[in-house]
Amino acid sequence: MQINLQSHEIILLKSLEDGMQRTIDELAAALKTDQSAIVRASLTLKKYELAEVSESETYIAKLTKEGETALKNGLPEKQLVQEIIKIGPEAKLDLIKFTSKNIAIGYAKRKGYISMNKTGKGIIIAITAKGRDSLKAQTPEELLLKRAVTTRKVTREELELLKSRKLINYTSKTIRTIKATPKGAELASRIKIKKQISRLTPELIKTGRWSSVALRKYNTTAPVSPVYPGKRHFVNQATDYVRKIWLEMGFKEMRGPIIQTSFWNFDALFVPQDHPARDIQDTFFMDLKSENPHKDKKLVEKVKKAHEEGVCNSAGWQYKWSHETARKVVLRTHTTVLSAQTLAQLKKDDLPAKYFAIGRCFRNEALDWKHLFEFNQVEGIVVDKNANFRHLLGYLKEFFKKLGFERARFRPAYFPYTEMSVEIEVYYPERDAWIELGGAGIFRPEVVEPLLGEPIPVLAWGPGFDRIIMDYYKIKDIRDLYKNDIKQLREMKQWMIG
Amino acid sequence: MPTITLDKKKVLKLIGKKVSDELLKDRISMLGTDLEKLDENEITVEIFPNRPDMLSEEGFSRALSAFMEIKPGFRKYSVKKEKSKVTVNNLPKEWPYAVCAIVRNLELDDGKLRSVIQLQEKLAVTLLRNRKKGGLGIYPLDKIELPITFTSYKKEKIKFRPLEHEEMLTADEILIKHPTGREYAHIVKGWKRFPVFTDAKGTIMSMPPIINSHDVGKVTEATKNVFVEGTGTDLNTLKIAMNIMLTTLADTGGTIYSLEMDYKTRKFPCPDLDPRKMKLDKSYANKLLGIELKDTDIKKLLSKMGIGFEKGHALIPAYRADILHPIDLVEDIAIAYGYENFAEKIPKISTIGEESKEAIFAKKISDTAVGFSLLECLSYHLASKKHLAGFMRKKDENIITTTNAVNIEYTALRNALLPGLLKILSENTHNEYPQRLFEVGKVIKPDKTSETNSCETLSCSVIIADIKAEFTEIKAILESILNSLAIAYTIKEASHPSYIDGRCAQILINQKPRGFLGEIHPQILNNFNLEVPVSAFEIEFNETDYA
Repeated sequence: MQINLQSHEIILLKSLEDGMQRTIDELAAALKTDQSAIVRASLTLKKYELAEVSESETYIAKLTKEGETALKNGLPEKQLVQEIIKIGPEAKLDLIKFTSKNIAIGYAKRKGYISMNKTGKGIIIAITAKGRDSLKAQTPEELLLKRAVTTRKVTREELELLKSRKLINYTSKTIRTIKATPKGAELASRIKIKKQISRLTPELIKTGRWSSVALRKYNTTAPVSPVYPGKRHFVNQATDYVRKIWLEMGFKEMRGPIIQTSFWNFDALFVPQDHPARDIQDTFFMDLKSENPHKDKKLVEKVKKAHEEGVCNSAGWQYKWSHETARKVVLRTHTTVLSAQTLAQLKKDDLPAKYFAIGRCFRNEALDWKHLFEFNQVEGIVVDKNANFRHLLGYLKEFFKKLGFERARFRPAYFPYTEMSVEIEVYYPERDAWIELGGAGIFRPEVVEPLLGEPIPVLAWGPGFDRIIMDYYKIKDIRDLYKNDIKQLREMKQWMIG
Repeated sequence: MPTITLDKKKVLKLIGKKVSDELLKDRISMLGTDLEKLDENEITVEIFPNRPDMLSEEGFSRALSAFMEIKPGFRKYSVKKEKSKVTVNNLPKEWPYAVCAIVRNLELDDGKLRSVIQLQEKLAVTLLRNRKKGGLGIYPLDKIELPITFTSYKKEKIKFRPLEHEEMLTADEILIKHPTGREYAHIVKGWKRFPVFTDAKGTIMSMPPIINSHDVGKVTEATKNVFVEGTGTDLNTLKIAMNIMLTTLADTGGTIYSLEMDYKTRKFPCPDLDPRKMKLDKSYANKLLGIELKDTDIKKLLSKMGIGFEKGHALIPAYRADILHPIDLVEDIAIAYGYENFAEKIPKISTIGEESKEAIFAKKISDTAVGFSLLECLSYHLASKKHLAGFMRKKDENIITTTNAVNIEYTALRNALLPGLLKILSENTHNEYPQRLFEVGKVIKPDKTSETNSCETLSCSVIIADIKAEFTEIKAILESILNSLAIAYTIKEASHPSYIDGRCAQILINQKPRGFLGEIHPQILNNFNLEVPVSAFEIEFNETDYA
């Protein structure tokens, strides 16, 4: 028969090389493993007739209180004899004070240590010669008791005897022992086991001793406790991808403050001063005041004129434009404010020009699962005298395609600063639904002329972005975007688009 | 933006053709009105603020039937001349304008009356900005006697029975006792004289912009002839509102009669429903739209929007409030052409993309921090003042606040990132430790030198909450990040109320203080309900670090 042994079975066989019988307990302790592993290994060795496994019963005796006293002071009957001797050659039964008097008298009488006579004065107990002799040596029972608790070499009958005298209690246990067969011992003598090592040390590597040791094998399929990587926030991962899209398409990035004057946030974009968007219900106003709508007074005058009487043949909004209103400081309600500021800085030589921004915007809204007071907007402008409406739709379609939306469509909309105004919708196949993502358009001449100096077409867009992030990460509650639940952040997948 | 609910049967009747729901849905959306619901009986749409003329069943159907080419073209309304005038005098400077007209032979029913009243209300809310710019009134003509005067009375002199009220009230009583009076009292606050319409007998018809008289200012289904007025602060807006109301009444079947408005300094008839002419250059439209339209195409497309086109000029209906510039006509052409019919195109313009230096730098900080197994967090820019100041053992200063935030927990702008990170730790005590977080973002502080009196600075904060958190590790991380970013720095002994004394240091770049690092003060841990030690740093950057 082909012998095929696993490493732990070889180790067990090697430990039985001397042919001695060993218990499972001993082996488990010696080999630093658990008993069941030894049992399983021993069965394999037995199968190949390399070892014999035998079972035997052993008993564990435990002294009772009486047993403890007997071991120290002799059996009760002998103690009785000593007690009586103290009183005299004989004693009156009533005078004997002894804990287990009745049991002791019973045994003493049975063993002929004492004689009892009924007299007129009561029962008189006298010590016999046998009784006196008993004190000279330990009785066989006493020797047995000693043997029962110091060694395990006692039989069940002997233990029963001691138990019947209430000197001990005992329990029994099956002991498995293993012993190598001569064939096993011979094989073991030929095995050379390398030392088992759990950790490869610099010492082992350096000295080359690694070749004479064995590295303990692991259970490589066992589960391990998780580790958590450092990670970019998922919203920032998505944001970075959007930035990449526009950069690849040749757009320059705009950045700017979130605190803005109403002049830039609204007036420069031709939003009339009594427009509902400028109400306190929608816009955050700050405890700050700007000294002027803007330091460039000429620009302020141009914007004012656009509102009051119009520029480039526009009728304007025809109302009295107020510096006071334009000076109010707000949290930007859209990144379009950055586009306005960029237009104001552009020179003729810079054209055609393409810019983008992605940034946090604000609306004064109560917080619930659908509404947040901060949101991300993706802003873009194309400043080009030859730009047209089809280009606007082209850029938008390409952008959403790069975000994974094969289908995008456009509906008429209204914004005070664009004309055409477009609402963008993308198609979600799994929901079979078109979802609105926000607006786009071509800036009105009344916006562009004061800022840029000539009313050339400026394509502009500012769709929201949070909805796309929420959908990608299967987030239902918009507040979860900034909840920062550490468990969620640790386990969240990376942004895998692009 | 106003949302209106329309009777679908009535709309279909006004359109004059049976149309499937599918087509109706599509056409309503592509006309530039946001369809919210369309069922068996009702159409609910959001009307954009540039089209107040669509705020009634009549106006909506007028636009839709033209757009669907069922009733295209410029719609002409005939105006007959009423031989009466309205005298306008002695008006308070706060409410100086009025326009008035008459409509006869109305056949109002429950639905039409509802539509007219809805229009009156929606115009007041939108075009007239919650009556701040003006209001409209309609009166049963048969209960009043022409001619009519619009003047003002000392408020003590005014007494009449307001709409739906049992008793006669004085002006002051109306503002206190009548629900409508209470609602709009803020508009007339502080006025010495109140405007009133009176008829030939001197009966007070109404007290604009608050309320009409119940006796002579209540229109019912039985009303055949009406007097219509609009009063307010802006004559142009009033004229538009009036035109929208009158054309709607005409669409219900009435005939418009004009009145002469007699102001002391000038006279003019009302209404003037002649179309406004605007020159439209064909090449301007074609260039902007990227298509090739002929004059005949333009004429046809504009007719779908109810606009006439003759000899290079558009004829704009008097009820259209939104055409300020030829660009608005181009948009109407685009809508009529159909946004869905434009072929998208990306032009071949060569421009070079460029990332903002600040954005690149912020990303480099984050990428470096991630290498230390730090988890990036993202917080709101708005925070609570309590967290920024008191909780951090700092004084309530250098914090910019909003004046009108709805959420009382978020009224201030963060002037540091650290309080936000501590708040995140306090919300994550049930999650596994150690917790190692960072944030890179803007902090906002007052700054007298800027136009908005504020400045926004890029900041980075790292925080470690762990039973073993201490100074050495946080200092090692800070130094490693700064070394990685090639920024020379010095660390100086310092104390700061947010850190434990003796376990805090200051970070300097070019000898200028930029932030602190150390072990967070136990009082702060108590404030945020944290039970493990926390070490942290926050450092602010500026252009000199990455330019």
